[in-house]
Amino acid sequence: MAAGFALLTGACDLKRAAVIDPKGPIALAERNLLFDAFCVMMIVIVPVIVLTLWFAYRYRASNTKAAYTPTWANSVGIDAITWLIPAIIVIAVAVLLWRSTHRLDPYRPLESKEAPFDVQVVAQDWKWLFIYPEQGIAVVNQLAFPAGRPVSLRITSDTVMNSFYVPQLAGQIYAMAGMQTRLQMLADQPGTFVGRNSQYSGGGYSDQHFEVQAMSPADFDAWVARAKQGAMRLDATTYPALAAKSRANPITYYSTVEPRLFDSIIDKYRHSGHAHAAPVRR
Amino acid sequence: MFGKLTIDALPFYSPIAAGGAAVTVGGALLVAIVLTWLRAWKYLWTDWLTSVDHKRIGIMYIVLALIMLLRGFVDALMMRAQQAMALNAGGYLPPEHFDQIFSSHGTIMIFFMAMPFMTGLMNVIVPLQIGTRDVAFPWLNAVSLWLSAAGAALVMVSLVIGKFSTAGWTGYPPYSGIEYNPGVGVDYWIWAILISGVGSTLSGINFIVTILKRRAPGMTLMRMTPFVWTALVASVLMAFAFPAITVACGLLALDRLAGMHFFTNAHGGNMMNYVNLFWIWGHPEVYILILPAFGIFSEVVSTFSRKRLFGYESLVYATAAIGILSFTVWLHHFFTMGSSAGVNAFFGVMTMIIAVPTGVKVFNWLLTMYRGRIDFHPSMMWSIGFIVTFVIGGMTGVLLAIPPADFLMHNTTFLVAHFHNMIIPGVLFGYLAGYMYWFPKAFGFAFNRGWGLGAFWCWIIGFYLAFMPLYLLGLKGMPRRMETYNDPTWQPYLLVAASGALVVLCGIGCMVMQLYVSIRDRARTRDLTGDPFDGRTLEWSTSSPPPPYNFAVIPTVSDREAFLEMKEKGVAYRRPAAYEPIRIPSNTPIGVILGAFGFVLGFAMVWHIWWLVLASGLVMFAAVIVRSSNDDQEFTLSAAEVKAIEDQRYRQLGSRS
Repeated sequence: MAAGFALLTGACDLKRAAVIDPKGPIALAERNLLFDAFCVMMIVIVPVIVLTLWFAYRYRASNTKAAYTPTWANSVGIDAITWLIPAIIVIAVAVLLWRSTHRLDPYRPLESKEAPFDVQVVAQDWKWLFIYPEQGIAVVNQLAFPAGRPVSLRITSDTVMNSFYVPQLAGQIYAMAGMQTRLQMLADQPGTFVGRNSQYSGGGYSDQHFEVQAMSPADFDAWVARAKQGAMRLDATTYPALAAKSRANPITYYSTVEPRLFDSIIDKYRHSGHAHAAPVRR
Repeated sequence: MFGKLTIDALPFYSPIAAGGAAVTVGGALLVAIVLTWLRAWKYLWTDWLTSVDHKRIGIMYIVLALIMLLRGFVDALMMRAQQAMALNAGGYLPPEHFDQIFSSHGTIMIFFMAMPFMTGLMNVIVPLQIGTRDVAFPWLNAVSLWLSAAGAALVMVSLVIGKFSTAGWTGYPPYSGIEYNPGVGVDYWIWAILISGVGSTLSGINFIVTILKRRAPGMTLMRMTPFVWTALVASVLMAFAFPAITVACGLLALDRLAGMHFFTNAHGGNMMNYVNLFWIWGHPEVYILILPAFGIFSEVVSTFSRKRLFGYESLVYATAAIGILSFTVWLHHFFTMGSSAGVNAFFGVMTMIIAVPTGVKVFNWLLTMYRGRIDFHPSMMWSIGFIVTFVIGGMTGVLLAIPPADFLMHNTTFLVAHFHNMIIPGVLFGYLAGYMYWFPKAFGFAFNRGWGLGAFWCWIIGFYLAFMPLYLLGLKGMPRRMETYNDPTWQPYLLVAASGALVVLCGIGCMVMQLYVSIRDRARTRDLTGDPFDGRTLEWSTSSPPPPYNFAVIPTVSDREAFLEMKEKGVAYRRPAAYEPIRIPSNTPIGVILGAFGFVLGFAMVWHIWWLVLASGLVMFAAVIVRSSNDDQEFTLSAAEVKAIEDQRYRQLGSRS
């Protein structure tokens, strides 16, 4: 009874699990891929488990009625089948893989009637800075955007390698200093989601999560207006204090932001005149 | 004088760390006291530490592996306990301690548990299975052992003096660079891996040569046992893959010591190069560990199903295919690093292709059980448990091999559950199957079945309890390596996972009891024939334990199941007309000396004690020169002495019938 109850609450809890319950087309497509591949794999996994247990039971030493063929060790036909079945399944999944990897390339802009909404993301110790170039504001630990509009993220790090991760909307990609990575996301409906760093980065890592807010256009405009009322500005003089190590930062708004701040954060690691700096996928 | 080393290096920063140090020091002291009390130092030195006998070296490797298994498991228990309690900043470990624990857990389990366990089993069994008297380079073999032990000792000493790395077992820069990690922890990690890595590379070379050049007459490549085949492919991988991690760690050490910029953020450094180099070693490493386990399962399933192995050729080709393909999949460890869709898709497809030969192997084990007479010996139970559990891990591996799906699951506990789902059933269950299968061969008395079965059931139940919740937590978006968390719905899963770790603890308890009971009862359970399981391969044709020369007369092989064929023809125990004198390599202390000073060298590098680096390096150099100049490296066992040992063996055989 108690176990049944636990299972039931567990099942309800899992229905809302971030990966199972996506809130945008990208995460949904990635999840469906997971489900499709899972189902294809079951074609071989279930028989193998059942056969293993059945053979172990059926051919136990005490069951002298079962057939016993101690020298039977070869069969071209069976060999062919043992290579072909995994091969066919792998070909099926590989086709799925090839197509989906290109379709869901995180650098590929989403097809939409609406222009993408640009946000620049900087990983810091141990927080996330979001720069909104169109609005000219910057916010720590809160990513807000209008629901229904594709969001195009440019991501870098001003510290060690981080991984920008929003499981319900986009999946993840690494953030690395001196480089820019990209990620696309779209939220179907307004809502609040959790974002995290998933790459261990030191003492404040556990608290390095942020709030993702998909808003109605009206709410978003109000949010921008509110952010612009703040007194703090983000520029070359105030930035170092923000970039210094800090843990569990509250959401902080900067009403203005220096226009080229994001590029300058990348460029400061690429300054030393190296003609052969690593090529960057833009 | 002492470089960076001061009294502050002692772990009084936290009572838990101090406790760990006390247990380590206390354990070492206890062992020393017991050895003194037993007056066993001389025996230990002359019969074991200086030995170049592959069987003794193998046993010492496995002892090292079991000790490190205990240490790595304590780390696991501490992590599970922390995460079970850590809701809303609960728990008992500060982040600076938690991150040392997850780093040392991974480092120990891969480098100092799995690697020595595998090398140990290869050492004990491969020469016996190919019908030779020793490995190709017996002294080099001892050097490999003692360098591995030196690396393990460096990890252990970091508990007491200074701190261990906090950068995880993969040590990704720039976090592991001097700018973000100025302490000695990463240096301990680097030098432990560099020193033991030399040992692993030498082992790989040694076993390639041994298997290719030392086989008994008649043992063609296609008559080698499946374990020897997998050991051969794993050795080739060791020789080719380990240089990559040596280079990666070496460059990282230069970044840290000499202010270079291979992997730093600025000045043209690029951490992505490290990540690639690390996994160019790291993925073949998975197969270095798992292929010999596959070989063990093949032997065990055939022996305890009382049936010839099904599809031997298929298995051999599958093994070789896995060996080659293992070098073509490394990028799947970082699909999320921003490679183009074409690159990601290529490595994803290659990863899937590796599933084909692996699937073939699973079918072959199944078909070997089919129409067999299955004896549920603990080794067979590990094998059945492996097949059932491993296919689940294989399935989640295929899911993670699809780049867009990996974007969702990478770096979550789903990934943690996946690779434990491969390594625990795939690697550890295989080694434990081999350990319980070949124990009587190595020691000459039976290994208790009941406690072995108890260990199996605790391990497998504990495994499912510990890791199935982690799969689900991954689906809930929980990243790995969280010291605390604020999502209350995670906690029930973490409590179940912690209970699983406790069940595994019972399994380890059973393993300890199994050793105790088996040793206690050894007089009653002597293995007089050397062939307790009606074996099929040559290792069962000698006495248990085998004599120093393994085979008084080198056998001639005419079948894959060489010993079974000899038994069927009735020539298995036929005595030769006369014995010949046998040359045997003499013991030498140079191996253990190189290990000891390798440890000192690593320790001095960690703490920047440059005069000691130079001094220990010179001692090692001198030791190698002394050894190389010594032409008297073997002694002769006369025909009469061989006959005396063999007479004893045949008296035992006679007393049985």
